[in-house]
Amino acid sequence: MIKFFLMVNKQGQTRLSRYYEHVEINKRTMLEAEVIKKCLSRSKDQCSFIEYKDFKLVYRQYAALFVVVGINETENEMAVYELIHNFVEVLDKYFSRVVSEILTLIRNISYFSKLSYVSHLRE
Amino acid sequence: MPAPIRLRELIRTIRTARTQAEEREMIQKECAAIRSSFREEDNTYRCRNVAKLLYMHMLGYPAHFGQLECLKLIASQKFTDKRIGYLGAMLLLDERQDVHLLMTNCIKNDLNHSTQYVQGLALCTLGCMGSSEMCRDLAGEVEKLLKTSNSYLRKKAALCAVHVIRKVPELMEMFLPATKNLLNEKNHGVLHTSVVLLTEMCERSPDMLAHFRKLVPQLVRILKNLIMSGYSPEHDVSGISDPFLQVRILRLLRILGRNDDDSSEAMNDILAQVATNTETSKNVGNAILYETVLTIMDIKSESGLRVLAINILGRFLLNNDKNIRYVALTSLLKTVQTDHNAVQRHRSTIVDCLKDLDVSIKRRAMELSFALVNGNNVRGMMKELLYFLDSCEPEFKADCASGIFLAAEKYAPSKRWHIDTIMRVLTTAGSYVRDDAVPNLIQLITNSVEMHAYTVQRLYKAILGDYSQQPLVQVASWCIGEYGDLLVSGQCEEEEPIQATEDEVLDILESVLISNMSASVTRGYALTAIMKLSTRFTCTVNRIKKVVSIYGSSIDVELQQRAVEYNALFKKYDHMRPALLERMPVMEKVTTNGPTEIVQTNGETEPAVLETKPPPSGLQPASQANDLLDLLGGSDITPVIPTAPTSKPASAGGELLDLLGDLNLTGIPSITAYNKNGLKIDFTFERSNTNPSVTVITIQASNSTELDMTDFVFQAAVPKTFQLQLLSPSSSVIPAFNSGTITQVIKVLNPQKQQLRMRIKLTYNHKGSAMQDLAEVNNFPPQSWQ
Repeated sequence: MIKFFLMVNKQGQTRLSRYYEHVEINKRTMLEAEVIKKCLSRSKDQCSFIEYKDFKLVYRQYAALFVVVGINETENEMAVYELIHNFVEVLDKYFSRVVSEILTLIRNISYFSKLSYVSHLRE
Repeated sequence: MPAPIRLRELIRTIRTARTQAEEREMIQKECAAIRSSFREEDNTYRCRNVAKLLYMHMLGYPAHFGQLECLKLIASQKFTDKRIGYLGAMLLLDERQDVHLLMTNCIKNDLNHSTQYVQGLALCTLGCMGSSEMCRDLAGEVEKLLKTSNSYLRKKAALCAVHVIRKVPELMEMFLPATKNLLNEKNHGVLHTSVVLLTEMCERSPDMLAHFRKLVPQLVRILKNLIMSGYSPEHDVSGISDPFLQVRILRLLRILGRNDDDSSEAMNDILAQVATNTETSKNVGNAILYETVLTIMDIKSESGLRVLAINILGRFLLNNDKNIRYVALTSLLKTVQTDHNAVQRHRSTIVDCLKDLDVSIKRRAMELSFALVNGNNVRGMMKELLYFLDSCEPEFKADCASGIFLAAEKYAPSKRWHIDTIMRVLTTAGSYVRDDAVPNLIQLITNSVEMHAYTVQRLYKAILGDYSQQPLVQVASWCIGEYGDLLVSGQCEEEEPIQATEDEVLDILESVLISNMSASVTRGYALTAIMKLSTRFTCTVNRIKKVVSIYGSSIDVELQQRAVEYNALFKKYDHMRPALLERMPVMEKVTTNGPTEIVQTNGETEPAVLETKPPPSGLQPASQANDLLDLLGGSDITPVIPTAPTSKPASAGGELLDLLGDLNLTGIPSITAYNKNGLKIDFTFERSNTNPSVTVITIQASNSTELDMTDFVFQAAVPKTFQLQLLSPSSSVIPAFNSGTITQVIKVLNPQKQQLRMRIKLTYNHKGSAMQDLAEVNNFPPQSWQ
């Protein structure tokens, strides 16, 4: 099961976050900071799955943006890895250009409805 | 009041902030504006304000004052309002807030709305944050929507049903009739969510599982169509048609096929087909193969299929992509229990992965390597693992060290190898070793009698350079205390003997005592070791006395107590010192699962503050016991018999009385097993409370002739249905005139509760000639084996 879905840039600023389990709001920022620190410390030829506390992180880097998904042990890690790419491709198609600053993403309010699509995909 | 700014302006403004403080300021200003706008009940811009609030919430700022506004938006008639309102509800509300119940009515109405998009929104929200009360109220509506023909709604309804079932498991039966037709759909979205729904139901209830087994043929057919069908632009991902659905179906097949032969057989073909036909050049194909392998290993597949699966994993291991290697190692770990031999074939590749740069891969490879160690490959594997221990990250060292100890204990080819391995671990990762390793090691060293000199020499050399690693120093101090005489006398067959004088040895122990890096426990070990050396060393007794008296005023209470008592030993009870500080007898092997049948001894009446390891067992020769009984009789020191966490406290009293006479409190009569040529061997029995098929036999060999019997070796053999464990004897010399005995402990495992029989072989030297005898013991009392 997907626990959370994050898009964080290299400086640690959260561009998108969606939690599927209740996490206290102050804990969220801590979690995001830790997660991005772990992802930044990885080199290019290391595997994309990190074990973190009691779940796994699957991350993928697109230019200066990291997409990180937290999953538990019932998920197929590689399928989630593929899902991230699918998601980014969909956004790219829909908004014609995925820029690391995501200005294009937020330009359209209907982007928020994509969040509800992702909530389906969490299953 | 001017119109509130739009969301994207807000985002742009926040982006320009250079510091965290600036950002906070901007957000606070905007929050204030939004709050006043809410107070004014501004309908036109409510939607915009809530959107901004949601963005700020995502950045991590509190936004609870927007909850009621979300409800107002949901109740509005405009679609744009509803959309933001529901989104806000999903993000800000959950069952912790009481406000959420107010939504129930709105959702109910919207579920019956004319526009499918509104219905979709309502389903989405309910499926995301519905509490159990809401789910109970609205389950009927969801079920109705599950049967509709509109595929857009059907797929959302299926997911909503999953959430309802999670919250209120009793409602599962309600959705059962609706699932009948779900798999007949063409629409992949509906198929996918239906499979999710079926998976959830099967996982929750075994009845459902049995019921849905009949769907296996249908699932197989769908999967086949996916693989065989040509290119379909709607569902294509890198050349494979809807891999996400394929993975889902494979997972459901796994759940259905587990423990069921018929279903597993129905799946065999399709699994083989997927495994062979899927393209592996891209990650997508590998993801599907991975899921297939997991499924094959979990169901009752035929052996050909299993071999295919393990070969796929082997191929993964050789792949360059790190993700795939990681995934392969994880699955091999899961299967190593069941298909041990097949995994052994890939051992060398796995060991290579230990050298990988990636942390996750290293961890998996380490766990898998430990699972693969067996009697044949232990030397090679241990070399690799020790090398790994040297170079790995600190977070692995503790686990690796424990793993090495366990593997070494199980498969050590020789005692010397075992001790060498332990020494290596202590010197490389000494500070990461777990606390319980120290007593285990000490026991191991005690038991390998012939290695004492070698061991103490190596330990001494190890701490000469560096005494900061606590477990190493503890073991070393203990050994030096026990075997210091061997160290100083320089006798060692295995290695070059080193020149160590008594003073040098004491120097080291004193530096351990003084050092800031030593823990309190370590200091205790060092002080006791110094004390023991007072009987082993000859010229430095005064120095030892001085050291001990200094610590009589130490701040550390533990050290102070020890020093004061040792001082008392020197002053008032000097005649007892040799007896008290004699070498430890061989300890009985204690299993690592906590308190088991540790045979208690009464012997060690040293001051209670002594070692924290399990109390030494085995009976001491009677002469020493006499000294100790004097101690019990006429001294001021109250002997504190260390209480061990055993399940047989009665045996302690029993053994004590055994020394006084043949009183046996445990109730099983003892027997004379052998009595010839002046050599008499008695067996006394004990049954273990924790394991009723184990009998512990203590043999006592005595010699009534006028000359000693030396080099006495006792051997025993039992029928095939028994298992025998012979522990080390107390000594190999039986003194003449019945003035002493050799004791040895035998453990017999008798799971089938058969009549106990034993054949014994005795070899010894007597009157200058070597004697040997074979005998059979048949007179075991029934209580010892029934």
